[in-house]
Amino acid sequence: MTDGQRLSLHVPEPEVRPGGKPDFSNVPIPKAGSVRRPEVDVDPKEIRDLAYSIIRVLDREGEAVGPWAGSLTDEELMEGLKHMMLLRVFDSRMLMAQRQGKTSFYMQHLGEEAVSCAFRKALLPGDMNFPTYRQAGLLIAGGYPMVEMMNQIYSNDADPLKGRQLPIMYSSKEFGFFTISGNLATQYVQAVGWAMASAIKNDTKIAAAWIGDGSTAESDFHSALVFASTYRAPVVLNVVNNQWAISTFQGVARGGSGTFAARGLGYGLPSLRVDGNDYLAVHAVAKWAAERARRNIGPTLVEYVTYRVGAHSTSDDPSAYRPKEESEAWPLGDPVIRLKNHLIRIGTWSEERHRQMEAEIRDTVVAAQKEAERHGTLHSGGRPSMRDMFEGVYAEMPPHLKRQRQQAGV
Amino acid sequence: MPRMTMIEAIRSAMDVSMERDDNVVVFGEDVGYFGGVFRGTQGLQQKYGKTRCFDAPINESGIVGVAIGMAAYGLKPCVEIQFADYMYPAYDQLTQEAARLRYRSNGDFTCGITVRMPTGGGIFGGQTHSQSPEALFTHVCGLQVVVPSNPYDAKGLLIASIENPDPVIFLEPKRLYNGPFDGHHDRPVTSWAGHPLGEVPAEHYVVPLGKAVVRRPGSAVTVLAYGTMVHVAEATAEETGIDAEVIDLRTLMPLDLDTIVTSVKKTGRCLVVHEATLTSGFGAELAALVQEHCFYNLEAPVTRVAGWDTPYPHAQEWDYFPGPARVGRALRDMMEA
Ligand SMILES: Cc1ncc(C[n+]2csc(CCOP(=O)(O)OP(=O)(O)O)c2C)c(N)n1
Ligand SMILES: [Mg+2]
Repeated sequence: MTDGQRLSLHVPEPEVRPGGKPDFSNVPIPKAGSVRRPEVDVDPKEIRDLAYSIIRVLDREGEAVGPWAGSLTDEELMEGLKHMMLLRVFDSRMLMAQRQGKTSFYMQHLGEEAVSCAFRKALLPGDMNFPTYRQAGLLIAGGYPMVEMMNQIYSNDADPLKGRQLPIMYSSKEFGFFTISGNLATQYVQAVGWAMASAIKNDTKIAAAWIGDGSTAESDFHSALVFASTYRAPVVLNVVNNQWAISTFQGVARGGSGTFAARGLGYGLPSLRVDGNDYLAVHAVAKWAAERARRNIGPTLVEYVTYRVGAHSTSDDPSAYRPKEESEAWPLGDPVIRLKNHLIRIGTWSEERHRQMEAEIRDTVVAAQKEAERHGTLHSGGRPSMRDMFEGVYAEMPPHLKRQRQQAGV
Repeated sequence: MPRMTMIEAIRSAMDVSMERDDNVVVFGEDVGYFGGVFRGTQGLQQKYGKTRCFDAPINESGIVGVAIGMAAYGLKPCVEIQFADYMYPAYDQLTQEAARLRYRSNGDFTCGITVRMPTGGGIFGGQTHSQSPEALFTHVCGLQVVVPSNPYDAKGLLIASIENPDPVIFLEPKRLYNGPFDGHHDRPVTSWAGHPLGEVPAEHYVVPLGKAVVRRPGSAVTVLAYGTMVHVAEATAEETGIDAEVIDLRTLMPLDLDTIVTSVKKTGRCLVVHEATLTSGFGAELAALVQEHCFYNLEAPVTRVAGWDTPYPHAQEWDYFPGPARVGRALRDMMEA
């Protein structure tokens, strides 16, 4: 026995649990407009500090300030507000549909709408997203028909995925949306491969990889960073830090690295952190990173700092592991309200027009829902056939599967 | 005697094991403060502290790799993979490392780890919350594979697994966590409350690995089943009136061949059922063994009813699940053979 120091295991814990008072005073929030905007061909070594800051455009008064402001026109901003509101109403209707037993499962975006909605506007036709289950804003802001999303959620006879996939696991090559996997992080490295292919073929398209804070712990995240760094793949590597991975706070995946953006530094990647509840900031940073990829300069890692206001999924009850009031206390506010206030501030919007649009959006979503429900819902109406179950395993059905299909009587 | 659901029995097994031996540690995704998405570890962190029950980063390869390192030190980790469908990143650590430490170091290093994972379908989980990967483990020398079908067995088998000096893959049919399920998805959900195997001693006991049990004695045909399919087989025997002997294998590796052979020699017929896909499934191994050991007693070909060779679909869940209709048809066909 040596007289060495006795060891003990460090196990990280969030500051507050249910019953406690939410406290984000330890989360440093830089002033809007205070973070510099480097040239896109900057040497990553010179912007390492940006991995520890937060790029913000909208200040508390709703003013757009600083070097990252000005990437969008007023019309584009109004369209952005509409996309976020559409996504929010879509979520609430589908959440209710799940409670009514019209589908088995749902996952919402509440509080995170700006991330996928604003990012989508930095992409061009032909670019490809490799999303997780919490980026439906990419589809909505990309103009994908909402009724198709609902058909998929309902697994009805118009479901583009033939009832094979869990609700919300959309897929649309046409709309730049790679088929969602239930296995976390697998898509992250695939996005790098897609981007490498575009470079091999001297194409002009870029890829966007998506992952949540918790899932950055998976090996595939780190594999993606190695390949992206080595081959300078034209890809934007997005990390959506919504503070929670089901019941696990972000500190468990982050460990000692300070921020998720800082993960990129060891790989020599330019790594930015941005206010994920600020539509303008998300768009400006997305545009910066997309331009780096498009100009063949290389990949960028972007961490979006946001908060998962809702439950992880319809199978989850967050009151068991975090204080109910935590989302209220979250210092970066609500993305819809912040953009709305900005638009009112610059004189292009009003409370009244906002209410009007709310009603219009509600009507749009309800109409789409009615149309989808005419086809059917999970347990009633038209459903995908049993034949659909056997198809698509291979390009051509092998004999053993044909035999099984016959045995099944379809 | 206390009554427990299967998930409560599993929790009780870990509780009893942690109480008796402070080398037992429990971790996995969401298993610490929250107590697991299926609540299998609820209360354990509170009772035994953060260094014996904690949340792991979302990295299955890491969870198993870390468990192997701890076992090499002398701890007895019992880790959770949130769904069996998510074990694939850990497959390297499980099959190339955990399974072989003892062999390749000639016993210098060993790997007494238990890896729990919810398995099987029946909850509309789609292709990544429904898989039954047992055959991917039974094919690996050095791993042991357990699949309980009820609360009593689950507790005794899990304690035996934790105490076992070699790695155990402990597959928990998630559809059974809160009640038995006989495949009649359109009937009201049943609970463990009325089931004799829902009576579970609060204290320590083991159900030894490698011992099957006859759940329903019968003379006409032997049905080999495990996990959820045990309940489907029992119900089908009652409904068809075919006097089937239903064997619950409980442990796939090591396998209780004696119980199987004794039964098939008596009945002369053997049906193998599992939820996993048919081709190269564990049923193929069972069929081969029965044919090798009981050939001269067989009056019909050994038959398999299994999941179709497709990914587990979402909407077509009940077309996919090998329920009482398919099992019943196979039984009737065999009796006519
Ligand atoms: C390989 C794998 N492991 C575990 C899971 C179970 N799981 C689904 S979502 C989730 C949490 C993910 O959290 P995060 O990455 O932060 O994304 P968020 O849900 O917050 O958007 C877990 C553990 C899974 N789907 N795949
Ligand atoms: Mg998260």
